[in-house]
Amino acid sequence: MSTLVKKIKHYLNASYELRSWFGTVDHKRIAILYLISVTLFFFVGGFFAVMIRLELLTPAGDLVSSETYNKLFTMHGIIMIFFFLIPAVPAVLGNFLIPIMIGARDMAFPRLNLASWYCYIGGALFATAAMVTGGVDTGWTFYTPYSSTYSNGAVVLTALGAFVAGFSSILTGLNFIVTIHKMRAPGMTWFRLPLFIWSNYAASIIMVLATPVLGAAIFLVFLERAFHIGIFDPNLGGDPVLFQHLFWFYSHPAVYIMILPSMGVMSELVAAFSRKRVFGYDFVAGSSLAIAVLGFLVWGHHMFVSSQSMYAGFVFSFLSFLVAIPSAIKVFNWTATLYKGSISLQTPMLYALGFIGLFTIGGLTGLFLASLGLDVHVHDTYFIVAHFHYIMVGGVVMGYLGGLHYWWPKMTGRLYPEFWARISALNIFIGFNLTFFPQFLLGYMGMPRRYHAYPEEFQVLNVMSTAGASVLAVGYLIPMIYMLWSLKYGKKAPANPWNAKGLEWTIPSPPPVHNFDEIPVVTEEAYAYAEAPHRG
Amino acid sequence: MAKQTHSPLQHHFTSLSQQYAASQLGMWTFLLTELLFFGGLFLSYTIYRMSYPHGFAAASHELDVRLGCINTIVLISSSLTMALAVRAGHEGKGKSITGFLVLTMALGGTFLGIKSIEYAHKFHEHFVPGPNFAFPHYASQGPELFFSLYFAMTGLHAIHMIIGLVALGVVAWKATRGRYTKEYSTPVEMLGLYWHFVDIVWIFLFPLLYLLGRH
Ligand code: HEM
Ligand SMILES: [Cu+2]
Repeated sequence: MSTLVKKIKHYLNASYELRSWFGTVDHKRIAILYLISVTLFFFVGGFFAVMIRLELLTPAGDLVSSETYNKLFTMHGIIMIFFFLIPAVPAVLGNFLIPIMIGARDMAFPRLNLASWYCYIGGALFATAAMVTGGVDTGWTFYTPYSSTYSNGAVVLTALGAFVAGFSSILTGLNFIVTIHKMRAPGMTWFRLPLFIWSNYAASIIMVLATPVLGAAIFLVFLERAFHIGIFDPNLGGDPVLFQHLFWFYSHPAVYIMILPSMGVMSELVAAFSRKRVFGYDFVAGSSLAIAVLGFLVWGHHMFVSSQSMYAGFVFSFLSFLVAIPSAIKVFNWTATLYKGSISLQTPMLYALGFIGLFTIGGLTGLFLASLGLDVHVHDTYFIVAHFHYIMVGGVVMGYLGGLHYWWPKMTGRLYPEFWARISALNIFIGFNLTFFPQFLLGYMGMPRRYHAYPEEFQVLNVMSTAGASVLAVGYLIPMIYMLWSLKYGKKAPANPWNAKGLEWTIPSPPPVHNFDEIPVVTEEAYAYAEAPHRG
Repeated sequence: MAKQTHSPLQHHFTSLSQQYAASQLGMWTFLLTELLFFGGLFLSYTIYRMSYPHGFAAASHELDVRLGCINTIVLISSSLTMALAVRAGHEGKGKSITGFLVLTMALGGTFLGIKSIEYAHKFHEHFVPGPNFAFPHYASQGPELFFSLYFAMTGLHAIHMIIGLVALGVVAWKATRGRYTKEYSTPVEMLGLYWHFVDIVWIFLFPLLYLLGRH
């Protein structure tokens, strides 16, 4: 930049001291803090995944001991769930975008927003301390009475980590709800909100209503373990299955905490890159709420084989099928939006298409699992592992990466190299399927999860899966490199590089500290693209 | 950040009424999460109460109803003084705010004092679950579960009281410095909501733990 041009102040260069970052109350800076910490944990969790896959390369279980293996998959699960998947889209993209998208200067409670980042870091520190002082081997689900009485691992520390991280999630959800209710710019009615806002709103409701119940469950495990107060221990008359009820009352809805915000990203991407209003906007918005409500009614499908009566099984099976409806509405409506749109296959769109394909496979196999009889067959096999990776990695991570690419120019003021970005998107798609598709077959053939050794006949598919994991790992590293590169060498981004609609594209990239000099007045619907006349 | 100490309107709101509405919705949402947090414990209590009705009844006889009653009255009185503080806030009377908040703190402190006397008794009589637990003439595990839940629930409630006392102290101190006016006393009001919530939890805990199954 020539020295003649006056340097424009934006949120990144407004001030430089450390305090202006670690004490910031600017939602955009908080989003960047989250971006850095979430990325870090993604790679830590990824490292554990690589270790798991290397162990499973050979049938013999020769790389690590069985105890170490248990710790590996536990730490992998805990880090990925609590420290990556749950915060990724809401805390990074949501924090950055929600105030801007609704025309506000900040979240309703900026200091609470910062506090929630500190809760995240606090929780992460506890979990890391647990990792380096011996690890945990309970699985991320902390099932009692193993976790509360018998495990040799650092359960208390880890549980504390999850508990504190839970606060982060509750505070974020609360802040989103209040912000979306009370901070909308004049003219930004509920039905003019971008769908990203709707989906984060629905996810926030779950964060606020479900997370405290997990808190209670973890609190009780903590009491049982630390003070020998018995609640779940059968020796004291307690019931270990009660824990599973409390746990899954949170953890099934938690799946939607992860996936709903990603679905919101999808709606933005699909609209922007086919230049159309999302087909059936009202239905897509409503289906987010429907998913949030129905998500609370299906936890029993995790307990088909845990002493639940057959009738309860029927009911939970049926209710689980119902959740498929709003999810399918979304997929159909995205597809309908693409239909006859003027589609451009830029990188975010590649991720969006990848999402739709992988999420569909994950969702359909979810229906298999919701069917009582079939679930009994594949329960705790690799079929489950494949299913949830299709949803969580194929859905959430693809949505997150797609969104990160889409809003990267806005967040950083720089463009990333399109060529490398497309290469890595393809790379991830291929690596992903190679890693996880064989696991469906393995599970169907009967390979149980959470074992560090297996019979010879499963080796071929396991080798494929491990090979896929290395391809996938490369796919995740490339964006890391070119995005860092782009910060210094990338082309300067204009305010609206995609020619997209939405308030975030009306302000400079990167945005000024207070987002809007003057609060905008909204006069049009979301996604008011000039559509081709042949819609119909 | 705190440049505009004299104006209570924060920079990102457009009006005081917007700011007030946000605080209110935020506080209610927070209380909803609290409700669910305690809800998990109440659910556990209900389930075990149904599984071990006699053990639970026997164990609840060991609680001191008199102390429980006194504490209930103490807490309800503190709700009253809190409500008076909130009203003083609306009227912008800084001195009365401080006075009523200090009264509330005194009552809250009394509650915790009585609670700790109760805890000491239970400890003395080996009613604290764990290796030394001893409950006279009882075969099933009901009483131990009862006391597990008793300590979990009343303990959690006490933690909430302590947090409330700290917050009361802070707000009372700010009131002495004239921070609250007729136009702006939101923190006093929000603290009031929190304190009433904590009281209401006790109003449920008291009959469930002390009275149910008694004759
Ligand atoms: C390179 C990619 C990955 C590979 C190869 C991989 C591999 C695995 C394997 C083999 C397991 C099963 C362990 C077992 O049950 O024996 C597992 C579990 C799990 N993975 Fe991954 N994973 C990968 C990426 C991810 C990502 C990106 C996430 C989330 C964002 C994730 C979330 C989970 C969770 C939640 C579990 C359950 C842990 C448990 O069983 O307690 N994984 N992963
Ligand atoms: Cu589920």
